Amino acid sequence: MPVSAQQTAPTDIWSTLARAVLLGFLLCLGILVIYPLLWMALSGFKTNSQIFNAPFDLPTGFSWANYVAAWNQGVRSFLVSSIVVTASSAACTVLISAWTAYGLTRTRMPAKPIITAFILGGMMLSPTVALIPLVRMMQSIGLYNTHWALIILYTAFRIPFTTFLIRAYMLELPSDLDEAARMDGASDRQIFWRIMLPLCRPIIVSSVILHVLFAWNEYLFAMIFTSDLDVQTLPVGLTSLMAKHGTNYAQVFAAMTISALPIVILFFLMQRYFIRGLTEGIGK
Amino acid sequence: METIRQTPDGAASCGAITDMQGPSPTRRLFDKLLSLRWVLLAVIIVSGFIYIPIVENFRVSMTNRDIFTGEVSNVGLTNYQRLLDDPVVWRALLNNTFYALISIFFQVFCAFVLAAIIEGLRNRRVRNFWRAVYFIPSAISTTVTGLLFYFIYQPDVGLMDAALTFLGLEQFSHPWLALESTAIFGIIAMSQWQGFGYSTLLFSIAIQKIPRELYDAATMDGAGPVRQLFSITFPMAREMSGLMIIVTITGAFQVFNEVMVMTSGGPSNSSQVLGTWFYEQAFILNDFGYGAAIAAIIFVVTMLTGIAQVWYTRKRRVQL
Repeated sequence: MPVSAQQTAPTDIWSTLARAVLLGFLLCLGILVIYPLLWMALSGFKTNSQIFNAPFDLPTGFSWANYVAAWNQGVRSFLVSSIVVTASSAACTVLISAWTAYGLTRTRMPAKPIITAFILGGMMLSPTVALIPLVRMMQSIGLYNTHWALIILYTAFRIPFTTFLIRAYMLELPSDLDEAARMDGASDRQIFWRIMLPLCRPIIVSSVILHVLFAWNEYLFAMIFTSDLDVQTLPVGLTSLMAKHGTNYAQVFAAMTISALPIVILFFLMQRYFIRGLTEGIGK
Repeated sequence: METIRQTPDGAASCGAITDMQGPSPTRRLFDKLLSLRWVLLAVIIVSGFIYIPIVENFRVSMTNRDIFTGEVSNVGLTNYQRLLDDPVVWRALLNNTFYALISIFFQVFCAFVLAAIIEGLRNRRVRNFWRAVYFIPSAISTTVTGLLFYFIYQPDVGLMDAALTFLGLEQFSHPWLALESTAIFGIIAMSQWQGFGYSTLLFSIAIQKIPRELYDAATMDGAGPVRQLFSITFPMAREMSGLMIIVTITGAFQVFNEVMVMTSGGPSNSSQVLGTWFYEQAFILNDFGYGAAIAAIIFVVTMLTGIAQVWYTRKRRVQL
């Protein structure tokens, strides 16, 4: 588009040269981005001495020993925790946000601008600032060091943003359908479940993906609110593993690869939704 | 729907007529209040887990706990005075500022130019391919990328020094994260590697929204690609850039994960940022009062950038 698509004479030597330089640049940058990740995955197949002596070499064989060892050293349990926390908090966040967005866009609620500002205002506040009181709160209600602490906090801190996304989408939807349903005697509840939620499917998918991306990778809360290995999620579990088996580099590399893989696969499977979600997330 | 209702003047009327006149004012008020049930849960959760704890944080910041007796005493603004005299706080602020400035250069300026280059490619599939490749690190947890670069920077196994040796630049080999002068920059470099693909993607989408006719007209007028970049693409995506600058600053002052994983703020506090210094005071040294005071700085900065973001998007109605 802007740079060279408009060239009318592709035979022009300078344009060909410029194109080659640009492609070379993109390629080098691509290698710079991908190589470290590839190195991480390949190092998981090596032995420690291979990692030390020949960091650039390919592994001599693809033995899964390190991956299996990492899996049994705790990665399996971290993965289960991550899945439990991510899935539960995603479901809670998106449901609560969707019905909040419905209330903010489709009902005659009093003080709507104030309530909207109150809920969306939560986006601006850094979780760090709430941390000390939250730790005391979770300890006093007995949720400290449980999955519940993370599920509740991820839900609470993502409701403002997710509501913001879904609300923006609902505002764009024409009101004919739900008004017609209301004339036919449908209740708010029926309109929400049968009409609005299905209409909002695209933004719901984007919201779920963005939440998964957040919850899967979240570190600060996960580190502070969990202390036992069997409740730790992947990011925290990895640092525990590192502290315990830090000298066994190959095994740590294998564990890192296992925890990075699910989200990369998810990205490639749902690329279209991912990108739409990210762009919805900024700038409206 | 109700069949019979009292109208305000006291006369009974049948449902059909009430429907035409609309429900009674009391009924309408009741409906309005009832509609609050849709937001009640969100309001409770957001108040209970975000707003109230943040207010509470300010109360905690005015207290100190005696380590021996465990007694909590009100100390007013003492903790805030301590902030001013704490050299590590200033170091942390400086590091957060480095983070912001370097990130603005790479994730706003460079990412924008890169997006323009990618969008200039003819083949749509090739464009999608490059955007996806550059984005991958952004999808991965900062813990993983942080650990990965911790290894990359290691003098014994690391790719960094191996690559320098390979290129014949052994004299530039350093134990990057172990030196006070380079630790924070090593971490920031990792952040750029991880984050630029994400902003490139956002800029790509902003560029796609620029009307094609502008470029056609410019070509007719004989403007070359570089000229078009500066005269059309740049100004047209300016609002996106403004927004990205604000978002980048917010992110830079909240950074925690990568610093924690790679150096924990060391060596000798040289790579400390506000987030890690807060963590160390509150959760390692159990000095909650002082930790809460550090959190208050984070609050002020993110609040200001948050307000700037709302103001900016309102004013310009940034659209993608």
